[in-house]
Amino acid sequence: MANDNGDDARILRLSEQDNVVVLIQSVPAGERLRLDGQELVMAAGLDLGHKLALRAVPAGETIVKYGAPIGSATADISFGAHVHTHNMKSEYIANYSEDDPYEAEDGS
Amino acid sequence: MINSYLRQDGRKGIRNVVVVAYLVECGHHVARKIAQPFEDREEHDVHVIGFPGCFPNAYADRMMRALTTHPNVGAALLVSLGCESFDGQGLKAHVQASGRPGELMIIQRDGGTRSTVEAGRAWVEEALTTLQGTPRVDMKPNELVVGTICGGSDATSGLTANPAMGRAFDMLVDLGAACIFEETGELIGCEQYMADRAVTPELGQAIVDSVAKAHRHYHTLGHASISVGNAFGGLTTIEEKSMGAYAKSGSAPISGLLKPGDIPPKGGLYLLDMVPDGDVRFGFPSINDTEEIGELIACGAHVVMFSTGRGSVVGSAISPVIKVCANPETFELLWDDMDIDAGRILQGEASLEEVGKEIRNNVLAVAQGTLTNSEDLGHQEFCMKYKRFEPIGPECLPA
Repeated sequence: MANDNGDDARILRLSEQDNVVVLIQSVPAGERLRLDGQELVMAAGLDLGHKLALRAVPAGETIVKYGAPIGSATADISFGAHVHTHNMKSEYIANYSEDDPYEAEDGS
Repeated sequence: MINSYLRQDGRKGIRNVVVVAYLVECGHHVARKIAQPFEDREEHDVHVIGFPGCFPNAYADRMMRALTTHPNVGAALLVSLGCESFDGQGLKAHVQASGRPGELMIIQRDGGTRSTVEAGRAWVEEALTTLQGTPRVDMKPNELVVGTICGGSDATSGLTANPAMGRAFDMLVDLGAACIFEETGELIGCEQYMADRAVTPELGQAIVDSVAKAHRHYHTLGHASISVGNAFGGLTTIEEKSMGAYAKSGSAPISGLLKPGDIPPKGGLYLLDMVPDGDVRFGFPSINDTEEIGELIACGAHVVMFSTGRGSVVGSAISPVIKVCANPETFELLWDDMDIDAGRILQGEASLEEVGKEIRNNVLAVAQGTLTNSEDLGHQEFCMKYKRFEPIGPECLPA
């Protein structure tokens, strides 16, 4: 079974800007999946909710999911590879300081 | 076209509810007993709300004023013990000034439980008769206020139900409706992204500040951020987790930042800041989903879309709650509680776009009178506790 875009039906593209796709069913190791017109073989079994690279992502580049940056690659990621804590990290730096003093006022 | 109930203050509702509101926990039982004989009415139109605290609180006053004069509410009976500090006379005057039938019963004055219950039931009976004569007028989708919330989330919530509700929000904003999303504490990491979507830089800064406040609150309470369980579910970063919740908001520009009780002045997308201002004072910003739903309704929400993966069953007093189920296994088990099966996206049976349309159509059908499953099952949850807010500044609602 395939999606309209030819991808395996177990793959979901959330936004057009994304460079990762999401598995919407668990897929065992060795399974062949069609993604973006190419065939890839799953190196390891992965559960629903995990991400695969939709294209090669060089180390340092932003990972985009839901059309939004969700972190950056910490290693070169090849097409179809599992994208997770081993090859990406959070880029989150609060837009505010943790110890930002807040001037509380009295009264209810 | 929606055949709405026109209130004397000009607002239009999609339900015609009598609320029985206790003004302190000591009046809760009496309020419940007053409403009890009306439970089996097909219309499910007598709801109990209330504030449990005995000490005064400006937020509780504002919430109760907003809720007892909500467009879905046609009449309000207030139940006071008599010695609590809530300003019952002021609330009664506020209800009556809106043109709605309103009455205050004081248990200590009116002869205790039995006689207050009896008098209360007679009053509700009469109010229901009066409300049968409520004028019905056309209401366009651009007069609707729609809220959204997620609860009982799992790995599927951010893949199916939340993005599908985001699509529905985009469609409703296109129709001119006011759509409200919330929970700044679950949007940590999205603040810059939200700021970029704000209609003015000043509003963008106010959004960043509201997330900073949420971060500070949750940090102080030692609660938040990303867990091991999230990583097993494939979520790698806090930004990613927040984006799953944030997907509910769709892609429309953000027109304003509200606090509980603020009514959106026009159509568009709004963020509700429900984290109290000032030092952490009364505990967790929200203790459960029901409290957040009540705040969306206090902002005028006629209807609330609720996405769930694990399967929440709650509904609400005053406004219907539409359940959008993210997980197909949950849907199979709790189908009777769920209105929309968004898990079909995982099975390749529907696209996000298709489920988004289905949700939008369901919102309009519910506005036209179709009961949601939680309404039909009699769910009328309500919860309010102490909070404290400063009024929003002019930057929060750009003209």
